[in-house]
Amino acid sequence: MTALKLENVNKSFGPVHVLKDINLEVEDGEFVVFVGPSGCGKSTLLRVIAGLEDASSGTIRIGGEVVNSVPPAKRGIAMVFQSYALYPHLTVRDNMGLGLKQEGQPKDVVDARVSKASKMLDLEQYAQRRPAELSGGQRQRVAIGRAIVREPKLFLFDEPLSNLDAALRMNTRVEIAELHRTLAASMIYVTHDQIEAMTLADKIVVLRDGRIEQVGSPMELYNNPANRFVASFLGSPSMNFLERSVPGLPAGQTIGIRPEHLGLREDGQIFGKVTHVERLGGDTNLLVQTGQGEIMTVRLFGQDPTEVGDEIRVGFDPACAFYFDAQQERIFQQAA
Amino acid sequence: MTKARSSLSTKTTMHAVLIVYTIIALFPVFVILINSFKSRRAIFRDPLGLPNEETFSLIGYQTVLKQGDFFLYFQNSMIVTVVSLALILLFGAMAAFALAEYRFKGNTLMGLYLALGIMIPIRIGTVAILEMMVSTGLVNTLTALILVYTAQGLPLAVFILSEFMKGVSDDLKNAGRIDGLSEYKIFFRLVLPLVRPAMATVAVFNMIPIWNDLWFPLILAPAEEVKTLTLGSQVFIGQFVTDWNAVLSALSMAILPVMILYVIFSRQLIRGITSGAVK
Ligand SMILES: Nc1ncnc2c1ncn2[C@@H]1O[C@H](COP(=O)(O)OP(=O)(O)OP(=O)(O)O)[C@@H](O)[C@H]1O
Ligand SMILES: [Mg+2]
Repeated sequence: MTALKLENVNKSFGPVHVLKDINLEVEDGEFVVFVGPSGCGKSTLLRVIAGLEDASSGTIRIGGEVVNSVPPAKRGIAMVFQSYALYPHLTVRDNMGLGLKQEGQPKDVVDARVSKASKMLDLEQYAQRRPAELSGGQRQRVAIGRAIVREPKLFLFDEPLSNLDAALRMNTRVEIAELHRTLAASMIYVTHDQIEAMTLADKIVVLRDGRIEQVGSPMELYNNPANRFVASFLGSPSMNFLERSVPGLPAGQTIGIRPEHLGLREDGQIFGKVTHVERLGGDTNLLVQTGQGEIMTVRLFGQDPTEVGDEIRVGFDPACAFYFDAQQERIFQQAA
Repeated sequence: MTKARSSLSTKTTMHAVLIVYTIIALFPVFVILINSFKSRRAIFRDPLGLPNEETFSLIGYQTVLKQGDFFLYFQNSMIVTVVSLALILLFGAMAAFALAEYRFKGNTLMGLYLALGIMIPIRIGTVAILEMMVSTGLVNTLTALILVYTAQGLPLAVFILSEFMKGVSDDLKNAGRIDGLSEYKIFFRLVLPLVRPAMATVAVFNMIPIWNDLWFPLILAPAEEVKTLTLGSQVFIGQFVTDWNAVLSALSMAILPVMILYVIFSRQLIRGITSGAVK
């Protein structure tokens, strides 16, 4: 069964057309991640799914039912917000229990579910505190707990980790992955962070300017991007795009090579000069200016003695390169 | 406070300035208070002297309590002020919430229309108001005063509160909607508690002019049984003779309730005034 199905969904705010013809399916138990540049409409799409904004046209089905005119509380969804959005005047327990109380669940059901979620998220000792007395990570867990207790068909996360520091982000990311495994619920997750996208997603949806650019598993998108935008969006450091530096490339075409597919080789196709070196321990990133004046990144595994100012030759396997036409679309037949 | 942020000298000057200002501000109140406890002769001989065994007298208070129905006036003022404040806060907050929260045609226009009253003093319409009150039979009732004061207070209340309500996080309201709270509950349970400092600000700014107003009680409700305190105190001020003991005593007593209300609101008020600057 499909947990969510969007058909030709459009959303305009007055004259501003924000979402354009969105078609998307989310299977039961699937973890779907929306990525895209700031302002492309990720949050708006999530709010349309939640029912916080009405779609201007198109149908939204959750669990097979059309929910276009169903209020948010009755859609069987739960949402976790970037700013946590906890009720400041309620304790942790009441924050988590409020939704169930509003549904009219008996008190013992509310208590049981809240206790279960608190245990799962390690929040038991904070039950009587108010949000102001918690750290950022704890608040985010309460927000997640508030979503869990409702036992929704579909979880919606809007950049839930972006206010946390790096270490906490990693831990919470792992927790969310575990949560997805234990609850086996469908989840939609918006993020800017491509590590979150790559590690959590069953399916990534890349959005640009209110349109879906490509949908696929993380490895599909990494290995087989449909156009230059998707290619540049996934992978870190991001893909190099060269127009002039590779001999034999027809005019108007761009070649895309991932930094990790480049290596220092005597017979390399590209000649250049190192302008900056980043030593990360496990990896070394070289910023190279090619003889034709283009800048590219080379990612070397392990530690490397290359210094700034060195002149080097860089080679790649043409099978790993991508070709794009002047419209930035992928050219497939040329590969290899 | 940490040492880095304030040295002793800046702290001393700061406090000195504040103390001087407090003395200047409180001086008239202080003069009224001490003179209300003095005999008439002492008031004129030594207006700044403290009451002592010789000059101490409660004559003013006795006159006030005997003459006229002072407690009735007091009660009238209290009813008018409290009910007007409650209505201003309730309707002002509701209108402000609608303007801040919902997108509808003419939203901006409606906001401007409601704010227009800030610039036009309501007294300009006194004659029309009096005519309306006469034809609706509301002359010489407290309702007339309450209606006028509510109308007078609403524009500023809507203006201030809608600005504050725009600042309440959208995510919080949306979380409430997903949890199944009705729009009324979102308004009363989530938004109102968060704009409490702004509500207190509006309350204090409205309270004092209403309590002190002489104009509308004199025109709309001059009858004995609906007189407010300010109007009631006027009987002691004659064209030729003024009973200063009684006037000062009445004023001293009139300060009390406002002061009590002010203390209730003041902690919230300070947060309301400073929150814009600190954020
Ligand atoms: N209420 C609104 N009225 C008018 N335009 C809006 C409204 N809400 C969003 N927009 C516009 O819709 C576009 C998409 O906004 P949205 O918040 O969905 O972006 P986003 O992809 O979530 O960005 P970010 O990654 O920065 O959160 C933006 O250009 C924004 O200006
Ligand atoms: Mg967003």
